[in-house]
Amino acid sequence: MAQATQNQTRVVSPQRPSVFRNLTAWIGVLPFLIFVFLFLFWPASSLIIGSFETPSGSFTLKNITDLFTPSILDAYVLSIQISIVTAVGGGIFGFMLAYAAIQGGLPRWIRTALTTFSGVASNFAGVPLAFAFIATLGHTGFLTAFFADVMGVKIYDLGFNLYNFWGLALTYMYFQFPLMVLIMAPALDGLRKEWREASENLGASSFQYWRYVALPILMPSLLGSTILLFGNAFGAYATAYALTRTLNIVTVLIGAQISGNVLYNPNLGYALAFGMIVVMAISIGLYTWLQRQTARWLR
Amino acid sequence: MKKKINLWAWFWIVLGALYFLVPLYGTFDFSLHEKRGVLSFFAYQNVLMDPRFRESFTYSVLMALATIVVGLLLIVPTAYWVHLRLPQARPLIEFITLMPFVVPAIVLVFGLIRIYSGPPLAFTNSEQLTNLLLMCGYVVVAMPYTYRSVDTGLRAIDVRTLTEAAQSLGAGWFTILFRVIFPNIRAALLSGAFLTFAIVIGEFTIASLLNRPAFGPYLVYMGNNRAYEPAALAIISFALTWAAIGLIQLLSHGRSDQGQLGGMH
Repeated sequence: MAQATQNQTRVVSPQRPSVFRNLTAWIGVLPFLIFVFLFLFWPASSLIIGSFETPSGSFTLKNITDLFTPSILDAYVLSIQISIVTAVGGGIFGFMLAYAAIQGGLPRWIRTALTTFSGVASNFAGVPLAFAFIATLGHTGFLTAFFADVMGVKIYDLGFNLYNFWGLALTYMYFQFPLMVLIMAPALDGLRKEWREASENLGASSFQYWRYVALPILMPSLLGSTILLFGNAFGAYATAYALTRTLNIVTVLIGAQISGNVLYNPNLGYALAFGMIVVMAISIGLYTWLQRQTARWLR
Repeated sequence: MKKKINLWAWFWIVLGALYFLVPLYGTFDFSLHEKRGVLSFFAYQNVLMDPRFRESFTYSVLMALATIVVGLLLIVPTAYWVHLRLPQARPLIEFITLMPFVVPAIVLVFGLIRIYSGPPLAFTNSEQLTNLLLMCGYVVVAMPYTYRSVDTGLRAIDVRTLTEAAQSLGAGWFTILFRVIFPNIRAALLSGAFLTFAIVIGEFTIASLLNRPAFGPYLVYMGNNRAYEPAALAIISFALTWAAIGLIQLLSHGRSDQGQLGGMH
């Protein structure tokens, strides 16, 4: 605070008492603070508080312990599974793509095209994305028909199903790996050619360069991005809802609870949402921290 | 050696291109098959003639515009003020603008319903107030992106000098903000606006749970009742997303890879 006050006196007229100036300066951000309180913090904290209450309003931990009953725990496990699968899968694929485009010695337009595509695809999600995959890989979809007509392979007879876990994962990947491309691009730009040349001059193999130079530098941002992808999938609702309503993931369960109190206990619903906030807070927190670790190398 | 790396790089790029393009091509192809045996734009015709399409689309466009205006009016003065007078508040404001990521849309709407559907603030009893609530929810959801692009814009200009110059010419705060700051960060404002548009136009979660007749819920309704129209709608939505993101990239001249992060899933 002392530091802050000093900064303050430097920029404003010095004759006024700085504490007073400071207070008036805070009034400038008051509308913003009031808005986020009304439409973000108050609603969110009301859910958190509600998850520690009985329907009559007294304190309880039962809602939290009830989260560990099989039907609810299963939803969390499924959500976490799909988030891990698509974060790791999307992360690896996205990294390979970004690496190929940026460090692979390809023409410059490839990178521009990839960035544009990634920007669009990472925003092309929700209901239209589900429709696109139904039209492509649904029972009568384009690719399903293509495999059957041209190659004589009926993918649904082979066990493929767009409306189960792996189908949803495949759909999520469409917005996951482009996001990875976008986040990894600046980190890969930071990977200097000189480092590779230096290690080659010192006799390092390609494996040694990756093991001892590139990966340690990229690791925080690789981990951070994968965690962000995890959160991205964990909070997804519209895509899953439009694709399959039978897959019991947390967001779909919360949606059902909001529209129909399927848990027969509003406070258990709040606890469900609270659990989501906790998972998201952990992943966003880790992501932010890891991004800061990377920032050192990008200067 | 050089040759080998290139082949390997091409392999991934081709694979990526297939993942991007096959679903799009497949959807487009599917959308043309409404009439048995011939290719036609019949599904598109059906969609565009549907009054529910026009109503819900108009609703979402208006909602997006309102979100953009309110979001910018809220964020720009705040970010400006933080740059100019309150640098010590920057970590706090940045922390707050990250919070919409921690509270996903489905949780946000749950909380909004809990607070604003009963006394003393029974917003959801009135259509207009529910619209307002939806817009405020969208402002929150778009906030991380709006703030980031406005903040980037402000970093690129000399806020202090511009402000002092305007002040010495006798400008008040209103004039400074609207006639000096806003025009100088026009590109950043437009980026934020287009991204907000891309997020709001097809948003489903909040709109459907607040029971508003927006484009997202209309899409799901069509998905439940039609076979080919949803594919046509997916193509239309994709074109809209493409337009919004393309404009952002045009504005940023390819400088930033991160300007267009995110979205509603």
